[in-house]
Formats: sequence, C-alpha cells, structure tokens
Amino acid sequence: MKKKVVSLLLAASMVSAMLAGCGNSGSGSSDAGTENAGAETEAGDADAAQTETDAEENVDAESEAAPAEGSGEAYKIGAIGPATGGAAVYGIAVQNGADLAIKEINEAGGINGVMIEYNFQDDECDNEKSVNAYNTLKDWGMQILVGSTTSGCSIAVSAESANDNLFQLTPSGSSVDCIKNDNVFQVCFTDPNQGIGAAQYIGSNGVAEKVAVIYDSSDVYSSGIYEKFAGEAANQPFEIVSSEAFTADNKTDFSVQLQKAKDAGAELIFLPIYYTEASLILTQANSMGYEPKFFGCDGLDGILNVENFDTALAEGVMLLTPFAADAEDEATKSFVSAYEAAYGDTPNQFAADAYDAVYIIKAAIEQSGVAPTDSVSDICDKLKAAMTEISVDGLTGEAMSWEASGAVNKAPKAMEIVNGNYSLIQ
Amino acid sequence: MKRLKLSKNVKDNLITYGIVILAYVFMQIMINTGHISSLLQGLLVPLCVYVILAVSLNLTVGILGELSLGHAGFMCVGAFAGAFFSRYMENIIEVSLLRFVIAIIIGALSAGIIGFLIGMPVLRLRGDYLAIVTLAFGEIIKNIINVLYIGKDSNGLHFSMKDSMSLGLLEDGDVIINGAQGITGTPKDATFTIGIVLIIITLVIVLNLIHSRDGRAIMSIRDNLIAAESIGINITKYKLMAFSVSAALAGMAGVLYSHNLSSLMATPKNFGYNMSIMILVFVVLGGIGNIRGSIISAVILTLLPELLRGLSNYRMLIYSIILIVMMLFNWSPKLINLRKKYSLRRLFQKTGEV
Repeated sequence: MKKKVVSLLLAASMVSAMLAGCGNSGSGSSDAGTENAGAETEAGDADAAQTETDAEENVDAESEAAPAEGSGEAYKIGAIGPATGGAAVYGIAVQNGADLAIKEINEAGGINGVMIEYNFQDDECDNEKSVNAYNTLKDWGMQILVGSTTSGCSIAVSAESANDNLFQLTPSGSSVDCIKNDNVFQVCFTDPNQGIGAAQYIGSNGVAEKVAVIYDSSDVYSSGIYEKFAGEAANQPFEIVSSEAFTADNKTDFSVQLQKAKDAGAELIFLPIYYTEASLILTQANSMGYEPKFFGCDGLDGILNVENFDTALAEGVMLLTPFAADAEDEATKSFVSAYEAAYGDTPNQFAADAYDAVYIIKAAIEQSGVAPTDSVSDICDKLKAAMTEISVDGLTGEAMSWEASGAVNKAPKAMEIVNGNYSLIQ
Repeated sequence: MKRLKLSKNVKDNLITYGIVILAYVFMQIMINTGHISSLLQGLLVPLCVYVILAVSLNLTVGILGELSLGHAGFMCVGAFAGAFFSRYMENIIEVSLLRFVIAIIIGALSAGIIGFLIGMPVLRLRGDYLAIVTLAFGEIIKNIINVLYIGKDSNGLHFSMKDSMSLGLLEDGDVIINGAQGITGTPKDATFTIGIVLIIITLVIVLNLIHSRDGRAIMSIRDNLIAAESIGINITKYKLMAFSVSAALAGMAGVLYSHNLSSLMATPKNFGYNMSIMILVFVVLGGIGNIRGSIISAVILTLLPELLRGLSNYRMLIYSIILIVMMLFNWSPKLINLRKKYSLRRLFQKTGEV
C-alpha cells in the first residue's frame, strides 16, 4: 500500500516536472499573453495559477485570433520580483500593477498600435535568484525590464543588464547603487532623497525640535534613509536626541527604544521602516503612555490595513509617500478600483510604482519611436535618450522627469492620517 | 588484496574527476557553439559554488561524522573577506585573475582560521549540541557582518560598528562594507573555468585527505570514538583538521559566490540558517560520505527550481514534493529493497557504498 502511494507520488511529480518542461512555452504565453499580440484579455500571471490545460486551450484559441493582428511583433516587457518568500507582498504587487497597466494599454490599442507582451519571474528576494530570473527573461526575448522590485536584487541585475545594454526601469529599487549604470532608471525616490526630504520637511515646517529615530539596521531601505536623514539633520533646526536600531531578528518588542526616546524628551519619532513594525511601535508607545508625533516614509503606507491594529492610534501620523490608496484624485480612484476588481486586494505603493513604470515606458517608447524589431541595445540607447525628455503624470507623482543619471524628479507628498484617512498636507 | 583495494580507490577517484572534467568540456562545447540558454549560462558559476559547498560539508558530516549547521556562516566569512579584498585592491592590482586568486586564498584562509577558532571549543561537544552551536555561530557571523562598516580613504581604513557616518571618512572616502547594505560593486571575476578549477582543487584536497592516514584516523573517530582514543589517536587534532579544512573550502566557495554578483548582502536568504540546511540537504540526498553523490545532488537540486520556472507560482511546492520523494526513494528501507529487487542496481552497488 505504502509503495503504491509513494509510486503514485513519484509518478505525479514526474508528470508535473514534464509539464514544467514542456509547459515553458505554454505557461509563458499565459503569463504574458504572448506570441499573439491580440491577447489583451488574457489573464495575468496571477491567473496562470490555473491549470496547464487551461493555458494550452488559451493558446489554441488565440492562435486563431493572432493572424488578424498580422505583425506578430510586440514589445516584450519583463518584470522581476519576489512572488514567494517573506517579501512576496512587494513582488506580487509589482507583478499585478504592471500587469494591470499592460492590459489597459493593450485594450486601448497598444503603443502606436503595437501590443505589449508581459512576463513576470520570481526571484525570492535573493540576489542570485534575481539574476537567474533575468536570464530566464532574456531567453524569452525580453526587450525592456521592469525590475527588480527590491534594492539588492536590482543592483545585482543592473550589473547584468548593463552588460547586455538592456533598458531597465526599477519600480521600487530605491538604493542609489541601483542606478549606478546608465541604462537603469528609477520610478521611486532614492533612499537619500527620502531621508533628506524628511529631514528638510521636519526642519522647515518646525514640526519638532527633539527628534528620535527608530530604524531597522538589518534592512537596506531603512538604514539607507536613516543615514541620509541623520546627515541632513545636522543642517536643520532640530536635534536627533536618540537613534535606536532593531534588526529583522527581533522586531516585536520596542519598549527599550521607546523608553530611550521618551527619556531623551523626543517630541517626534522618525520611523523610516515598514508598516508592520511601525504598527507595533504605535501600539507599544500608546500602552506606555507616551504620545509623541510620528513621522515616516513610504514604507508606512499600508499601516491602516494592518490586522488587529487600532487605527485610532495612527491618528496624526505623518508620512512622506508618493502614493496612498485612499487618496481622492481621479487617477488613484480608478486605479484602486480596477486593481481591486482584478486581484481582490488593495494596491500598495509598489503596485502603483509598477503601474507607473509601464506607462513611463510607454511614454518613452512614443517619444523615441523605437520599433519592437529593433535590437535590444538600440532600444536601450534610444529609450535612455528619451527618458530625459519626457514628463509623465502618474499615480506616484505629477510631472515626473528624469536625469541622465536615472534618478526621478518629483515632489514628495506629505500625508497626515486624519479620521482614519490619508490627507495631503500642503 | 591490499593492492586491489587501493586501485579501486584510485579508479573511483578518477571517475569522480572524470565526471567533472567531462561536464566542463561538454558545457564549453555547448557555450562555444551557442547551444545554451542564458539561464543555464548564468547558473554555471552558482553550480560550481554549491558543488564545492556540498563536497566540503560532506567532509564534516560524512567523514568526520559531526552535524554542522553553520556552513553558510563560513561561506559568508569567505565571501566578505574575498569581496572586501577585491574592492580594496580594485585599482591597485589591475590584473583581475591575479587579484581573484589572492582573494580566493584570503577568503579560504580567513574562513579556515575562523573554523579553527570556532572548532576549538565547539568540537568538544557531540551530536545535537554541536549542531546547535554551529547553527548559532552561523547566525552570529551574519549579524556581525550586518553591523560592520568599513571604509577607506587616503588615511587608510576606518572601522565602525554603528553607522557609516561615524567612519569619519574624508572627501575621497569610499565605504566598502556598508552594514546591512553589504558590499556593492565587487568586480565580476568569477568564471566557469575558475569554478571548475576550484571544484577540482576541492576534490583533490578532500579525496586525498579521506584516503590518507589522517583521513582514516578521522573516520575511525566517526565510527567509534572510544576505540579511536584507546589506540592513541589525537581526537581533538583530527577533528579540528577536518572541521577547519571544511570551513576553508566553504570560504573558497564564498569568494566565488561573491565575485559572481555585483551586490553582496548577508541576508537570511543567502547566508542564513536556510542556506546551511540547503547544503546539508545536498549532502544527505547525495549520500552521506559519498563525494560523487554530493556533486550530483548539488547540481540537480540547484537546477531543479530554475527548470521548474514554467510552473510559476507552484514551483516551490513542486520542488519540495520532489525533495521528499527523492529522500524517500534514496533512503526508505522498503524502497531500497524494492530497488534491489527490480533494478540494475548491481551496476551501481559497487560505487554506491564507498
């Protein structure tokens, strides 16, 4: 009996492995709506979770539609991010955000009449796996890369893409090192910009005089912002009275850090961290009767959706973020509702960054007039030139423009949480 | 009789070297004729890294018979030592091969020294206790590197454990190790050829050690500690020898790893506990004490998740199922009987039980 079960299992895994082997082409097309550019209604990656047979049927169905489009040519856009593991939230957001934008563009007739094919690969938030994902996409024929999602992976991939001279636009890789090579551009702010921006905002608006910082020293994003914040703070009319770190391994109890901040008499606590830890800090500060102001960066976006978190505690929290899902403007509203309808989840900043990234690429392609038949290197050179000429209104900023270095120019938005909603402070 | 046995060892070793060299020649032909995907080409160096790691861990687990869960820690030491050297010397030693060879030696030496220092107190423990201490050590290394800041300017090197600002660098300063942000911009010196050379060096060291007088002493400790002690074998010495050689080889793999990626960070993913377990899985699946098995399983298990990419979100699930099935297939007594009964097992049996 046991043997039977085991051999069944073995057989099952063999079959799936075979499917994986031959499924490469099949599922590739279901990911992306590839091969035939008319695949606009084709479900995105999330739905690739459907069975292989499904994908194959789709391929069949579409291959009939394809000749109508004629050309069979399309811009091939690849994306990379962690779809599994601890950072999966960010990768899946990027995956869906880019997917949504591409579907919209294809439905509206593509870029200059040419469709976009899309393929997303998982990197598990590991630098090495990210390079593997990049190579997989290269085999698929990628011409433009939206990725990687996280800073470390972006740096590792940018070394490869610079080698191939392939145009890379990272939606959320915020480290300065991401854009060291001239073929890489950013949608989000760099960490230094966020740190300096936050310090300048606090200083010029006189929000507080004594500031405490709690940051994650094991996280690139957090320590990057902290360093620049502390550097800029020296020029600002406030003083950092305590700066305490925590690491990914002990991020549940913040009473020591809070006590130190309280003893030092801090009026404001700067939190360049992600919202999960921030929600704990707010709760613990409340339970020890300490009520400073809290100020955060874009990582704090999402704090109102934390489960079992009393959102009343977040009242008055200020954050610099390019995107808030509750914002009232028309573009954000329609994006959020379309995203929720398609993926059943509220989009976060990463999804918005990826969504913008695709539209930025569209604008750059239109500006430069590259054709999908051009070589990867030609596309890259033309897009690089075009990037410095365009100005894009997106979800994460108005009139975004780029320098040749790859950094984005856009105004940071300061939000304050009022009555359980983000509201813009001006 | 004795001569026959010796020649069997030699033959066995030659097969192992042969497999590696054949694989190299085959891949080179594929690369030169352009029959290889970018994915596979990008995987060649990581494959070498994991093969070296698996073989070196097999020395501790299979030959010395002690369970070590800190192998990724040694790899981490080697990776950072080597990458630090290369970054520091980037503009001083222009010849990349020379710089890389020195980096490898430095990485291996520093990991070996750390292995020696760790080994002295730790190897007094046995079994589970040793596993726990090595596990803790691996985590400690990772955390120390995450708070380490080293920069250089015209005054020389600056160290800090706080943040990069307290390094007090001059204008021309350059932060080399930037805490959690690690080392970025390591020159990409690692090539497949160097990787294969390192595998062969590893094999020469490990196989010769196993078949030497020292190796037999090490194995006697594994098989019966009391008996080995009673005939005058210096237990501490041989344990330390195997442990630090294994650590040094892991450090070498780390150098190779760090010179293949332009950004190196000590995250739980690449140098944490999971990685140590991953290497242990290579060793266990390949057969404890079986060097050739380690090579093969390291290659298969590294390739598998990449080849399963077609399954998109299901791939990690399938990967783990395949792992379980392979483990059962290799080690379940019932299945071993079954295989013996039905298969061409006789052919493999001779080598399978080395």
